[in-house]
Amino acid sequence: MPSLKDLKNRITSVKNTRKITKAMQMVAAAKLRRGQDAAEAGRPYAARMEAVVTGLAASVAGSDSAPRLLAGTGNDKVHLLVVMTAERGLCGGFNSSIVKLARARANELLANGKTVKILTVGKKGREQLKRDLSAHLVGHIDLSEVKRIGYDNARAIASEVLARFEGGEFDVATLFFNRFQSVISQIPTAQQVIPAKAGAAVETSAVYDYEPSEEAILADLLPRSVATQIFTALLENGASEQGARMSAMDNATRNAGDMITKYTTIYNRSRQAAITKELIEIISGAEAL
Amino acid sequence: MADTMQFDLVSPERKLLSAQASEVQIPGAEGDLTAMPGHTPTITTLRPGVLKVVVGGSVSEYAVTGGFAEISPEGVSVLAERSVAKSDVTQALLDGWVAEAHRASKAAASDEAGKLVADMVAMGSQLGLTAQVPNG
Repeated sequence: MPSLKDLKNRITSVKNTRKITKAMQMVAAAKLRRGQDAAEAGRPYAARMEAVVTGLAASVAGSDSAPRLLAGTGNDKVHLLVVMTAERGLCGGFNSSIVKLARARANELLANGKTVKILTVGKKGREQLKRDLSAHLVGHIDLSEVKRIGYDNARAIASEVLARFEGGEFDVATLFFNRFQSVISQIPTAQQVIPAKAGAAVETSAVYDYEPSEEAILADLLPRSVATQIFTALLENGASEQGARMSAMDNATRNAGDMITKYTTIYNRSRQAAITKELIEIISGAEAL
Repeated sequence: MADTMQFDLVSPERKLLSAQASEVQIPGAEGDLTAMPGHTPTITTLRPGVLKVVVGGSVSEYAVTGGFAEISPEGVSVLAERSVAKSDVTQALLDGWVAEAHRASKAAASDEAGKLVADMVAMGSQLGLTAQVPNG
C-alpha cells in the first residue's frame, strides 16, 4: 500500500504529463491545419502534371524513343524503396505503419530473388529499418532541420533518386508514405514512380500541338513529375504525421485524466482509512482507561 | 469568340494567379508565343523567361523557370517550378537561380544546360537586372 505522500506525488506527476500531452495536441492541431492547407495548395499542380504526363506517356509508350524514365531499364531486378517517415516520434502508429508496409514489400521482393535498396527520408524510419534490413540501406535524407517542407526539398530528393537511376543503381523505384485520409485515419501507401506508369490512354477532347516534340516534352517533364510526386508524398506525410500525433496525444491526455481520477479515489480512500484508524485508536484508548 | 479566357498560373506550392485573361505571352522553349482566346490546343515547355498576362487591360509580369504551358481554346494553364511576380525578383534571387543553373550546366556539360544559363541571363536583363555568371 503506497503511502499518502507517494500517491500525492504520483497524482502531481500525471497531472504534469497531461499538461504536456495537451499542449502537444494543440500544437499538432495547429500544424495539421497548416499541413492540410499546404497539401491542398499543392494539389492543382500535381493533378495537372499527372494528367499531362499520363496523356503523353500513353501516346509515346511503346515507341522506341520513349525515355528510360517511362520505359524502364527493361529489367525488374533491383528495387529502390524510398521510405518516408517522420523525424520525430510520439505520433502513434504513424512511423510503424509505413515501416511495416515497406518491410513487407522488401521481404516479399527478397523472397522473389530481387535486390532491394532502401533510401530513407526521416530519422524514425531509418531507426526501425536498421534493425533487420540494415544491409539494404543505401542512403538517408535528413529533413530534421527543415521547418517547412518546400518544393526545393522534394527536388533535392528527386535529384538524388534520379542520379541513382541514371547511374544504373536500380530498375524500379517505389515511394512509401502515409496518405492523409482524416485525423484518425492515415493510409500507408506504396506508389511506383520509376518507371512512370503509363495510364490508360485518356481521350482528351482536344488534340494538342506539341512544341517541341512529344518525346522532348516528356523527357523534360518526367523528372519534374518525379519531383512533384515526391513533393505530394512529403506533404501528405506531413499532414498525416500531425494528424496521427494529434489523435495519439488526444488519447494520452484522456488516459492521463482517467489515471488521475483513479489515483484521486485511492488517495481519498486511504486518507479516510487513516483517519478512521486514528479514531479507533483514540476511542479504544479512552475505553481502556 | 469570347474576349477572355481562364488563366491559371500554378507552382507546386500554390496557385499564384487564377483570372480571366485576354492575352498571355508565354516564354516557350522554342520561342515566345502569345495565347489569346481560341488558340489551337498546344502544350509547350517553358524556358526561363518573363510571362506577361493581360487581365482587364492591365499587364502583370512574372518571372518563370521550368515547367510547361497547356493552351486550349478556353484557357491557358502554366505550370512553373518557380514563378515569382516581377516586382519580387531581386538581384540575390536571380543570382541564386543563375548560380544553380550554372552548376547544373557544369555537371551536365551539354548545350542544353548551357542554354539554360543564357536564358536565365536574358531573363535578368529583361527584368532590368544584370545576372552575375560565376566563372569557372
